[in-house]
Amino acid sequence: MIDQSIKTMKEKLASGDITVRQLVDASIERIEEVDGTVGAFLRLDKEGARLEADRLDMQLMDGKMTASAVLAGIPVGIKDNIVTKDITTTCASAILSNFDPIHNATVVNRLHEAGTVTIGKLNMDEFAMGSSNENSSFHVVKNPWNLAKVPGGSSGGSAAAVAAGEVPFTLGSDTGGSIRQPASYCGVTGLKPTYGRVSRFGLVAYASSLDQIGPITRSAEDSAYVMQAIAGHDAADSTSANVDVPDYTEKLYADVSGLKAAVPAEYLGDGIDEGVKSRVKEAIAVLEEQGIAWEEVSLPYSKYALPTYYILASSEASANLARFDGIRYGVRHESDNLIDTYKKSRSEGFGEEVKRRIMLGTFALSTGYYDAYYKKAQKVRTLIKQDFDKIFERFDLIIGPTAPTTAFGLGEELDDPLTMYANDILTIPVNLAGVPAISVPCGFSDSLPVGLQIIGKHFDEATVLQVANAYQQQTDFHTAKPDL
Amino acid sequence: MSRITKEQIEHVAHLARLSFTDEELNEFTDTLGQIIEFAEQLNEVDTDGVEPTSHATEVHNVLREDETKPSPARENSMRNAPDQENGQYKVPSVLE
Repeated sequence: MIDQSIKTMKEKLASGDITVRQLVDASIERIEEVDGTVGAFLRLDKEGARLEADRLDMQLMDGKMTASAVLAGIPVGIKDNIVTKDITTTCASAILSNFDPIHNATVVNRLHEAGTVTIGKLNMDEFAMGSSNENSSFHVVKNPWNLAKVPGGSSGGSAAAVAAGEVPFTLGSDTGGSIRQPASYCGVTGLKPTYGRVSRFGLVAYASSLDQIGPITRSAEDSAYVMQAIAGHDAADSTSANVDVPDYTEKLYADVSGLKAAVPAEYLGDGIDEGVKSRVKEAIAVLEEQGIAWEEVSLPYSKYALPTYYILASSEASANLARFDGIRYGVRHESDNLIDTYKKSRSEGFGEEVKRRIMLGTFALSTGYYDAYYKKAQKVRTLIKQDFDKIFERFDLIIGPTAPTTAFGLGEELDDPLTMYANDILTIPVNLAGVPAISVPCGFSDSLPVGLQIIGKHFDEATVLQVANAYQQQTDFHTAKPDL
Repeated sequence: MSRITKEQIEHVAHLARLSFTDEELNEFTDTLGQIIEFAEQLNEVDTDGVEPTSHATEVHNVLREDETKPSPARENSMRNAPDQENGQYKVPSVLE
């Protein structure tokens, strides 16, 4: 029942063929059936979800649903770094294992206004730091396509839940690829909107100049519906952009012929799996048949994106995570004085990768190293951003793979941070430039999903979604389901 | 630029309000050294005259009217406090 498109579910709800309660019960039933194996959810709010479903059913019956309710009755799962009033929010960290938010994130309020029903909170890499979801303090997530493989990260739970058919869509967050890379590994559709397009108010900050919330769905069409509900300016987030939000469904089915795409040589070069390259080249051919002209280009500074990102993101993280000290909230490990209480709470509360990034960031910002590392990385970021600006003067889109490989094995890269970081080499430049990008399934390599990345101009999610949808009208990889 | 020493790691750990065992300090000295060495490839890039980017989109000095709005109730703000007394956060002694 819940593996239909959002559009179909909306139509069936409107005609009375199904009820919100049936959708919510179907979602909970599916989670109870498979999530013991997959591990996508950290906690469920079954009672709250059923109450909300019944309330919405009454409204639907009385014809009282408002026009803004673009997602009325659709169940959703929320990544656990997005605060939910009265539902524990942990960021998959031991230090926040008892944290009970007093307000909702703006995106959660907007989803409620749009009529969604929150089923529960999704597993992730602790504080969104990781590419495999193995950094969760609670339990691992398994890739629904192959239970010996990682789902990707950091929004691994968000991607696996959609792939496993547990909920029709989820919210994730993307700082260096954390929506797109797991979407690629799990064979689902993941959109990172333009920086500032979606409010970050209530998203527990990792790297504030890069973080962005976005939808993980089965299709680009579903993604457009979710974006309609969550995009737009928010006075509570001073970095949120005051830019008009278009009707994302309006040009979804418009003709894509005449659009121009750039394919960076670096994105199909050394270090990219042959299977990934083949699938992406086939996808480019499908788009070419649709009338999209493409040309090979270069993003010369993209090879510096990885070190730039790790310096900048870790520096921002070291400042953002200073608030977790065991004083006002979170778990305290008391010692006999204040400083040692901070140290003990933080050392016992944070996992290894989080501590590693706090240490790297603190070092890069410390006296004597600030100019050599932090400021240098900010300057290289400018050059990386200019690479994109130049290409977008001549092209509407940039196309390539989302990740250099398909999902790797659980435990395989855990001991080698630099190898782990390299999984995000094709997604990180997009965050540094702040542009929007989507990952859509484009086939399989050794029975594991491959993701096609479509990158657009600042605030042009509409074209990204249009092209992704045009591709999905010609292919059926996004409707493929794993055997669970 | 030289790689990071164990003494530097200890200093950075104090700044970050983290404590490590001796074994952990040795491990961090190794892995952070590797990551920093990796980051030093940025030195190949000529950035003379390049402005640093701190945000991807141009947003400057966002101002709003200074209007009074209700604050969260004290019991809400305090409800996650690990330790409290008389509606105030309680901490271990600050001074010896």
